Amino acid sequence: MSNPQQLRYSKEHEWLTAAEDGVSTVGITEFAANALGDVVFAQLPEVGAQVSAGESCGELESTKSVSDLYSPVSGEVTEINQDVVDDPSLVNSAPFEGGWLFKVRVAEEPDDLLSADEYAEFTKS
Amino acid sequence: MSTAPRRTALDALHRSLGATMTDFAGWDMPLRYASEREEHQAVRTRAGLFDLSHMGEITVSGPQAVALLDYALVGNISTVGPGRARYTMICREDGGILDDLIVYRTGDTEYLVVANAGNAQTVLDALTERSAGFDAEVRDDRDAYALIAVQGPEAPGILKSVTDADLDGLKYYAGLPGTVAGVPALIARTGYTGEDGFELFVAPEHAEGLWRALTEAGADAGLVPCGLSCRDTLRLEAGMPLYGHELTTALTPFDAGLGRVVKFEKEGDFVGRKALEAAAERAAGTPPRTLVGLVAQGRRVPRAGYPVVADGAVIGEVTSGAPSPTLGKPIAMAYVDAAHAAPGTAGVGVDIRGAHEPYEVVALPFYRRQK
Repeated sequence: MSNPQQLRYSKEHEWLTAAEDGVSTVGITEFAANALGDVVFAQLPEVGAQVSAGESCGELESTKSVSDLYSPVSGEVTEINQDVVDDPSLVNSAPFEGGWLFKVRVAEEPDDLLSADEYAEFTKS
Repeated sequence: MSTAPRRTALDALHRSLGATMTDFAGWDMPLRYASEREEHQAVRTRAGLFDLSHMGEITVSGPQAVALLDYALVGNISTVGPGRARYTMICREDGGILDDLIVYRTGDTEYLVVANAGNAQTVLDALTERSAGFDAEVRDDRDAYALIAVQGPEAPGILKSVTDADLDGLKYYAGLPGTVAGVPALIARTGYTGEDGFELFVAPEHAEGLWRALTEAGADAGLVPCGLSCRDTLRLEAGMPLYGHELTTALTPFDAGLGRVVKFEKEGDFVGRKALEAAAERAAGTPPRTLVGLVAQGRRVPRAGYPVVADGAVIGEVTSGAPSPTLGKPIAMAYVDAAHAAPGTAGVGVDIRGAHEPYEVVALPFYRRQK
């Protein structure tokens, strides 16, 4: 399992791209996708919604459980990934690419986001 | 006493296959190896291999073994022929279900009782207590067996290639001693997946060799190792009850819609008879809640314990729920008030974390294999 170097990571297992024109893309990590098992339903935040770092903004439902989706940063949701709504298995098959979840115009970042190496260390059991 | 989870004889093998392990009834068991949905589909269309060594085996033997079982269980065990098996239950004096069981007749006066992992000690204790006065021995054989199941339409072909046993002559719910991949086994045509298949009881030291031989024999047929996660969706689609979900000590077999396993006509008294006669009468008169199937119209998954609702009122409770890989929709089993239990009843929903999601009431099972 490798975590892309250019991303940053939350302890709730989301990843975050560097902001482009103030907007970052958010997804869950391969580690989290593996832990969930087959994702069968994704409830993503609505476009325009205000999300807060570390607070629940949606749900990911897998065969055996349902998990809250957290936002790694605070800001306004500018886009959601309709492909994932239509085919939630993208979260498992391409967690860092086609399985991205939403984009957010970043208002505030927490100061405890992790680098790829720090996240790898964090998830080493 | 150690509280560390128990490990089966196949533990190292599961880990080498990359299984995600989970604690289940005090055992460390494989939950899934890769995708549980692919494992599920493999069992429906090809074959899957399961480690079920956590199940509890109890041998009951002796001149009055069958008399003991007829007294201790609700089924009529005296009608089980040698080499056959029977699905039955063990109940409390008040009729509450202690466990559901499969009893294999392994000899003229010898029976193998297979209990759920979480209830094995309870069943062992109850059988031991109920054996007082019978010329029969109740033996804890949990450590004597590993249990491997091969399930799916390709299962007979795969097993045939590694055994001389007469599988064609082995009916559903029958078991015979034989040799599989060179090791002695009780070969039973039973399972919990809704598919044809076999359960193989072997000595733990033979488990790994047998697993490897079956893996090799099944490679061309698309056999894959399968974990408990897909076992749960397979049995749910097949409408099979799971202890702790559809069956509990709070319910009698009649409350669970399984009154047919109770045989009042058998000779002699049995534990729970009086309470079960009353339960049968209740079920025939004012029916209690009924176990039904629910199929989601949306995509949210009902879980055990979620309320079933109609017209804003709670009319039942989900006992098991999961996305069904075969139907492509979430499904559930639920106990609902009789007024809402008929297939096609309109206006039934499940309260999924506050949202009332629409569900269709259907007859169980959700899935039946083509014979």
